[in-house]
Amino acid sequence: MINFQNIMETIKMIEKEKLDIRTITMGISLLDCCDASGKAARRKIYDKITKQAEKLVRVGEEIETEYGIPIINKRISVTPMALIAQASEDTSYVAFAKTLDEAASAVGVNFIGGFSALVQKGYSKGDRILLDSIPEALALTEKVCSSINVGCTKSGINMDAVQDMGRIIKNTAFLTKERDSIGCAKLVVFANAVEDNPFMAGAFHGVGEAESIINVGISGPGVVKCALENVKGESFDVMAETIKKTAFKITRAGQLVAHEASARLGVPFGIVDLSLAPTPAIGDSVARILEEMGLESCGCHGTTAALALLNDAVKKGGIMASSHVGGLSGAFIPVSEDEGMIAAVKAGSLNLEKLEAMTCVCSVGLDMVAVPGDTPASTIAAIIADEAAIGVINNKTTGVRIIPVHGKTLGDEAEFGGLLGTAPIMAVSKFSSEDFIKRGGRIPAPVHSFKN
Amino acid sequence: MKAFISVIGDDKIGIIHGVTTVLKKHSVNVLDINQTLLQEYFAMVMLVDLEKMSIDFKQLKEELATAGEEIGVSIKIQHEDLFSTMHSI
Repeated sequence: MINFQNIMETIKMIEKEKLDIRTITMGISLLDCCDASGKAARRKIYDKITKQAEKLVRVGEEIETEYGIPIINKRISVTPMALIAQASEDTSYVAFAKTLDEAASAVGVNFIGGFSALVQKGYSKGDRILLDSIPEALALTEKVCSSINVGCTKSGINMDAVQDMGRIIKNTAFLTKERDSIGCAKLVVFANAVEDNPFMAGAFHGVGEAESIINVGISGPGVVKCALENVKGESFDVMAETIKKTAFKITRAGQLVAHEASARLGVPFGIVDLSLAPTPAIGDSVARILEEMGLESCGCHGTTAALALLNDAVKKGGIMASSHVGGLSGAFIPVSEDEGMIAAVKAGSLNLEKLEAMTCVCSVGLDMVAVPGDTPASTIAAIIADEAAIGVINNKTTGVRIIPVHGKTLGDEAEFGGLLGTAPIMAVSKFSSEDFIKRGGRIPAPVHSFKN
Repeated sequence: MKAFISVIGDDKIGIIHGVTTVLKKHSVNVLDINQTLLQEYFAMVMLVDLEKMSIDFKQLKEELATAGEEIGVSIKIQHEDLFSTMHSI
């Protein structure tokens, strides 16, 4: 029999420390759904998704029952829609978003990602149509998530797209103003986007991926925090080891679920995303891990170093536990989805500038950040440009999911509900970036020698 | 398939009887039992063999949970692979 203490440890992780599998995401290629008729393409898309993912939710629930570990979300990612829809003569892709939404509802998943375009070097015909369709698409659908890649280390940053995204985010916020501009919570702007990310809102099924795959995103900030409570006052060496060992165990659970889901669905296993993904629930916060390390409040000096250690140790522990690691792998710092982050913003210890610094060492970027509704489009574009620059220069993925909450300002809160949480409105610089953003063109790809 | 049944709660008379009554009814064989008192809590882990089980897993899980409510403890059943995977290389 397995060691009694080990069994109790696993049970404690699940029952008390909120260990869960955050998502099983099925990636589905839609490359064979292109058609000169938009209507015919949409029918092919609906049929393919509903057939491929028919059993996804049921299998997820079966695994949850048998292993006794919660699997919070079952999701779908598809080929970037701009690539599929542009074979048609359609001049708006809103109908494609609606088809994705209907297919997602039919199979019972809670989000579908891939209303996306990859424009890091420029626009093709369909890319531009897709971008222009985003505000309406996100306002008229519930489950569709959108992502746009505006930069990459090999090609630099498409500043025309950055400028456009500032405007598109503002429009999306306006069209969903009745619900605290929630449309923007389903829209990410990336640099160095990954093709196998299982997490929303940024999931899409890359063109280099197989016909269909199973990717799994794990979670477990509460487990890491509890493990650190047992090494209070110990050195950084001890802390790093403790996180590594914990990450190993969490990831093994993810690997097991991924393997089982893949076998039962008859779909190849893709990757496990080694992420510490927080929720607004107490005891499921990344910020509280950083505070457990000895910081009075997340955002104070030392936070970037603490996050760097955490992110690196999670990867080191997780990599050995899974046969294939991918996605965004690391610690997520979405403000509205993390109880400790929300508290830190309210306490005045965490601001946008510090968050930006933290994104240099975490797995993604400025995530679920609410700013005043009257923030100019050019300021939002400049925030995106800053994040993209961090990603492109440092050869990492960065993203921006920012919500200029219509009609709200400093001191207010935006309420998105569920896993998306609650966001205190954060201050942006009052100085203008207008002339910088309106230049347009591209920021050239960086040199990767002479590193200083 | 083998599974672990974990029972956690206040110590009292009849816990093992309550669990094994459900198991016997559905032809589930107990392979090993380990129990201890963790502070004031009773904690027991049973390794069981489900090869000859006469109902499906979900029903067994629900019946065990119901039995647990009657006794006043938490009873959970989980596939053994979760534990072996997490704690061994």
